[in-house]
Amino acid sequence: MIPAGSLLSGVGLRKSYGQTRALDGADFSIHPGEVVAVMGPSGSGKSTLLHCLAGIVPVDEGRVTYDGRSLSDMSDAERSALRRGEFGFIFQFGQLVPELTCLENAALPLRLTGLRRKEAEAQALHWLERLEVADVRHHRPGQISGGQGQRVAVARALVTSPRVVFADEPTGALDSLNGERVMQLLTEAARETHAAVVLVTHEARVAAYSDREVVVRDGRARDMAGIL
Amino acid sequence: MSIGHTLLGLLESGPRHGYDLKRAFDEHFGQDRPLHYGQVYSTMSRLLKNGLVEVEGIEPGDGPDRKRYAITDAGVTDVGRWLGRPEKPEPYLQSTLYTKVVLALLTGRSAEGLLDAQRSEHLRMMRGLTERKRGGDLADQLICDHALFHLEADLRWLELTAARLDQLAKAVGA
Repeated sequence: MIPAGSLLSGVGLRKSYGQTRALDGADFSIHPGEVVAVMGPSGSGKSTLLHCLAGIVPVDEGRVTYDGRSLSDMSDAERSALRRGEFGFIFQFGQLVPELTCLENAALPLRLTGLRRKEAEAQALHWLERLEVADVRHHRPGQISGGQGQRVAVARALVTSPRVVFADEPTGALDSLNGERVMQLLTEAARETHAAVVLVTHEARVAAYSDREVVVRDGRARDMAGIL
Repeated sequence: MSIGHTLLGLLESGPRHGYDLKRAFDEHFGQDRPLHYGQVYSTMSRLLKNGLVEVEGIEPGDGPDRKRYAITDAGVTDVGRWLGRPEKPEPYLQSTLYTKVVLALLTGRSAEGLLDAQRSEHLRMMRGLTERKRGGDLADQLICDHALFHLEADLRWLELTAARLDQLAKAVGA
């Protein structure tokens, strides 16, 4: 059953890769403006859950519902439009286009929606300023630090004002100080824009920025709210 | 924490009344546990008796006379020795959590549920500290970070133990 008021939910999700069952009846839901940490040991199915919820990979069984619509009922084009316009993505690394400047990288999602360059870059600059990396806007990813690159990636994820941000180990490649700053800026920005954040992490200090946690173990997700 | 050494250290920058000492202590170190006046005065009496401080002056007032304390050379040496001596790391070998996990296994209760509940409790506290850091100054942030890193270490142990419950059940004969 889909919990009332949820923006995004998955019910009875199953997904296998060959003989390996990554998800085995996982349930998940998130409300607008909520930050939910998805925790669990390596190989438990955390990232697969995120990919299924975001419509990046199709589920074998179960249903993912976003804003009242089933993802599996959508066409590929509709799902792509959803990922470009309503969802934002942050990964551990390797997500910025090396040939583009930081400003161009941050503006990319808006350019893909057809927005003119000048307007897209003006909005991107706003987010680079919010993420405290406007000074490196003309640099390419190879010319900046990992922490700066991750802030640019957060700016890029937020530039379309997404309703859901999917963050897969967003601080995994950063030191404590940079990781912390990225989490502060991400969660502050998400709260302001009322975006929901699905935060996959194995780090408790990162999960502490969430409102609640869900633990994935053996392909099943357990909501820890109300366990105490 | 050694309150005596901390008060001595605060006196090194100049003589102070007991009240000023309490205020300085609370400002720097008393975030969660401010000093009681009684603690200050009993500690100062002991330091006085041991020759680590001296009374530099007494000002009469409406209440009890206000003593102004100054650190002695012996006090300065004592603070220096304390600061230079590494603190003994906690061995954490008498773990209540480990005991509970083993007892849960031996008595047929859910050790996994116990670990899940503990994880949630730890994360609840970590959320509170993280929130406190958002609005805190640098001192507050560093104090919270110290607590957060320790709680995180506990959580890593909880995860490791959760992954090894079957092995542990066999090892303890459950």
